[in-house]
Amino acid sequence: MMIFGGLVLLLIAITALAVVRTRNIVAQVLALSFYGLLLAVMFFVFQAPDVALSQIVVGAVALPLIVMLAEAKMQRRIRQNRKEEA
Amino acid sequence: MTAKWRLGVFWVAAAGFALLYFAGVKNLPPWGHYRGLYGQMISAVTVYERHATDAVNAVTYDYRGVDTLGEEFILFAAVLGCMVLLREPERPSEMAKPDKGLSETVKATAAASFASLLVLGIYLSTHGQLSPGGGFQGGVVIASASMLIYIAENFQVFKRITSHPLVEALESLGAGFYAIIGMVPLGFALPFLTNWLPLGTTGTLVSSGTIAVISCSVGLEVTAAFLLLGYTFLEEIISGENEEA
Repeated sequence: MMIFGGLVLLLIAITALAVVRTRNIVAQVLALSFYGLLLAVMFFVFQAPDVALSQIVVGAVALPLIVMLAEAKMQRRIRQNRKEEA
Repeated sequence: MTAKWRLGVFWVAAAGFALLYFAGVKNLPPWGHYRGLYGQMISAVTVYERHATDAVNAVTYDYRGVDTLGEEFILFAAVLGCMVLLREPERPSEMAKPDKGLSETVKATAAASFASLLVLGIYLSTHGQLSPGGGFQGGVVIASASMLIYIAENFQVFKRITSHPLVEALESLGAGFYAIIGMVPLGFALPFLTNWLPLGTTGTLVSSGTIAVISCSVGLEVTAAFLLLGYTFLEEIISGENEEA
C-alpha cells in the first residue's frame, strides 16, 4: 500500500510540473483541476478522508471555476482594448 | 544556452529531485501507523468525551473550535470583500439577451445530478459528527452543484436563486450562530465554546452536543458564501458581455 502512496506522490510532482509548463490558460486550468483531484487521492491514501472531501470540491471545482471566470473577464478586456485601437 | 546545456541542467535537477524523493518516501510510516501523539490521544478520547465518531470534526468544531470560528470569519470577510469590490454600478437591464440554455437531455441530467448532489451536501453537513465530511464540505458541495443550474439553464435562473436577500441573510446567520453558540456558556461562567448541549447517544443523528449544531451552521454559512461568490463573479462577466454585444 505504501508503494501506491509513493507512486501517487510521484504522479503529483509530475502533474505539478505539467501545470507550470502549460502555457494555454484554459488547458492550464484543466491541468490544475486534475492536479487537485490527484491531491484528493493522496489525502485519501494517507487516511484523511475529511481533507480529501474538501480538496475534491475546492481544488477540483471551486478554484478552477474562479480562475476561469477571471480569465473570461481578462479576455474581454483584451478584446475591448483591441477594438479601441482599431 | 544551448539545448545540450539545458538537458544537462535538467538531469542535475532530476537527480536532486530523485534523491529527495526517495529519502522522503523511504521513511514513510507503514500503512495505518500514524506517528502523531496528539492524533492518537484525540481518537482514543472523542467517543467517550464528546460522543462523536468522527475525530476530525470533534477537533475542528469542539477541541479547536476557536480556530474554526476564526476561519469562518475569514471566509465571511473575504466574500464580503469580493462583493464590495465587484458591486454593481449603474448598469442597463441585462434581460436583452435571454440565453436559451442547453438541450433537454443536458437539462434533465443536470436536474437529476443537482438533486442528488443537494442531498449529498445536506447529508455531509448534518452527519459531520458521525462520518467524514462536515459543514464546510457539505456547504461547498451544495454551492458547486448550483453551478449546474447556470450551466444547464442560464444566468437569469441562477441569479433568481442566488441574488436573493435570503442568501445574504443566511450567510450572516450561519457565521453569527456559531459565535452565539460559543458565547452561551459564558453566561454560565464556563469557557468560550464549551460543549454545553446534551451529548445524546453515540452514533445517532442528534448526538455530540454542539458539534452537530455548529456543523450545520457552518454548512449554511459556506453554502451562502460560495453561492454569493459565484454570483458576484458571473454577474461581473455576463453584464460586461451584454454591454459588449
